[in-house]
Amino acid sequence: METPTHVSKLTQFTSDFKESDLLISNSLRDISRSVLEKNDFPTTRNESWKYTRLTKLSQLNLCTSDNSGSPVKPPLQSPFVISVVNGNVVDVPVIPGVKILRFSECSEEQLLVIGKNVVLENEVFHALNTLYLKEGVFIEVQENQQITHAIQVIIESQVSNVFCPIRMVIVSKKGSKAHVVQHFSGVHSTFTLPITECYVEQNAHLEIDKIQLENSESFHIATDQVYQERDSYFKINTISLSGKLIRNNLNVLVDGENCETNLNGAYLLEDGQLVDNHTVVDHLKPNCTSNELYKGVLNGKSIGVFNGKVFVRPNAQKINAFQSNANVLLSDDASMNSKPELEIYADDVKCSHGSTTGQMDEEAIFYLRARGISDKSARALMTQAFIGDVLNKIDNGEVSDYVQSKLVELHDWVI
Amino acid sequence: MIKINNLHASIDGKEILKGLTLEVKAGEIHAIMGPNGAGKSTLSSVLAGREEYEVTNGTVDFDGINLLELSTEDRAREGLFLAFQYPVEIPGVSNVNFLRTALNEIRTYKGLEPISAKDFMTMVREKSDLVELDSKLASRAVNEGFSGGEKKRNEIFQMAMLEPKLAILDETDSGLDIDALRIVANGVNHLKSAENATIVITHYQRLLDYIVPDFVHVLYDGRIVKTGTKELALELEEKGYDWIKDEFSTVQ
Repeated sequence: METPTHVSKLTQFTSDFKESDLLISNSLRDISRSVLEKNDFPTTRNESWKYTRLTKLSQLNLCTSDNSGSPVKPPLQSPFVISVVNGNVVDVPVIPGVKILRFSECSEEQLLVIGKNVVLENEVFHALNTLYLKEGVFIEVQENQQITHAIQVIIESQVSNVFCPIRMVIVSKKGSKAHVVQHFSGVHSTFTLPITECYVEQNAHLEIDKIQLENSESFHIATDQVYQERDSYFKINTISLSGKLIRNNLNVLVDGENCETNLNGAYLLEDGQLVDNHTVVDHLKPNCTSNELYKGVLNGKSIGVFNGKVFVRPNAQKINAFQSNANVLLSDDASMNSKPELEIYADDVKCSHGSTTGQMDEEAIFYLRARGISDKSARALMTQAFIGDVLNKIDNGEVSDYVQSKLVELHDWVI
Repeated sequence: MIKINNLHASIDGKEILKGLTLEVKAGEIHAIMGPNGAGKSTLSSVLAGREEYEVTNGTVDFDGINLLELSTEDRAREGLFLAFQYPVEIPGVSNVNFLRTALNEIRTYKGLEPISAKDFMTMVREKSDLVELDSKLASRAVNEGFSGGEKKRNEIFQMAMLEPKLAILDETDSGLDIDALRIVANGVNHLKSAENATIVITHYQRLLDYIVPDFVHVLYDGRIVKTGTKELALELEEKGYDWIKDEFSTVQ
């Protein structure tokens, strides 16, 4: 990263942002401030941003907002709804077996958990979030508690040109089980910057469904930082349905034996949209399994990026790690950049990865049409079948019905 | 039912059909036989509306409608059915979902209400019995992992579900063992009525022992060069196609 001699784009970008007066540790805020002084927006010369241009984002004239807007409509029946509007935590429910606090209500001990595994060095977006965060939500699922209803986190921007940094910490205590649904929506020219830190303790079970449904002119850069202890289970389904630019950084540190990790993603892109999934699964301990399945359908002039890294550290024997990324390009102008990376330092492991990018099977389309199905329905059926592999990974029926209904709305799916 | 008159069609600038004329009436079964490269599959492709083929001359009247003006799906909705020589595998799309979509789009085209889930499932059970297709196959992905015989039986199952006016069986017998052949033929015979018609395109006479045609046509070099009854098929089986080639290649 070069040191700017003039006022950097980043400095201009943040000129209307108010620093948070939260109790996030001062040292983290100091580091963040210096990261933002020393760095500018990453360019495509930076390997991890090679295919994702941030020029349009950097040109936005945004400010933070105190406007807590109007109530949000949750997608699911579950009564447990946390709502975050324009970066402000509006509603926090009482859930038996779960401790839910705003950061401003957290104890010092709890606050120390925040940012434990989030790298700040050279990471301008992590620094932006840390420094300008106005509020966050701390969710602690108590020991051996099984939470039957989904915990819905609705993150919505209701005014244009607003910058919404938001932070969530989810601690799944020993032997607990919970299902969290994060739902992002919003109006145009907004920039949502969520960081979710998950700590999945021994024998705990955490599943996250992430539905990204913002405006086709909105920007979204998310980081999910997951830490797994022994015998734990973690699953995340990232469904990217709409947005101008979506970047998902998903990092899972598997630091215990006998863990299972499932990362699934589906993205359906229309003209002018970009979705970039960067995932890292880092196996530090032996006898674990990780599965990764990302599938995308790209239309118009859209861009997809997938970068999936799997590390198997020395002595992390008997690891089963599978990764697959498959894409269908619906137009000549769509492009996909897929890069699976495996780094294996143990010798008794089973790891595989695959990446395919192709076009719709025209012979199959003809076959469907020859049975009386219109060209449009035929293509929708084929897309549905292709993405269906990922949607089938969503365990909660209500969530998958919701996603299906959105796909009917946005992409004329036939159910 | 269908009147094909002086049909010329080409692909990549190469003329394959060179003035084909054929009329099939309701209640009839016609067999079209011919050597490799005669244009048998081109004929079925052109009738089904494959866009790679260009019709350069001629007309096709399908029950009073100009077939060549319709899209592939509208031809199917008007009652044309092509049993594919190589049925396509479509991973992820279940047979049931596929057929319900097809049936309902055809019904909508005809101004009918969509079929109820219950009636649809009853129909699936009845029609899959007809071709001795395991009803489990109905819920599997279209043709995926099906044996050759199962794929062909699935074609006839679809035909039974969609109840077309005119079915064209494109080399449905190729690659079938005798049991599968019998099952497929039984299905076709069972579906035969005074209101519909069938065109059987085949290379071998064997199928015609099971599906007895009213007329047998020999297609050679893009034209129907000979028409007869089922005895013609036996003659072809015995003598091969060389005598046809000798007789008609001189015409050129």
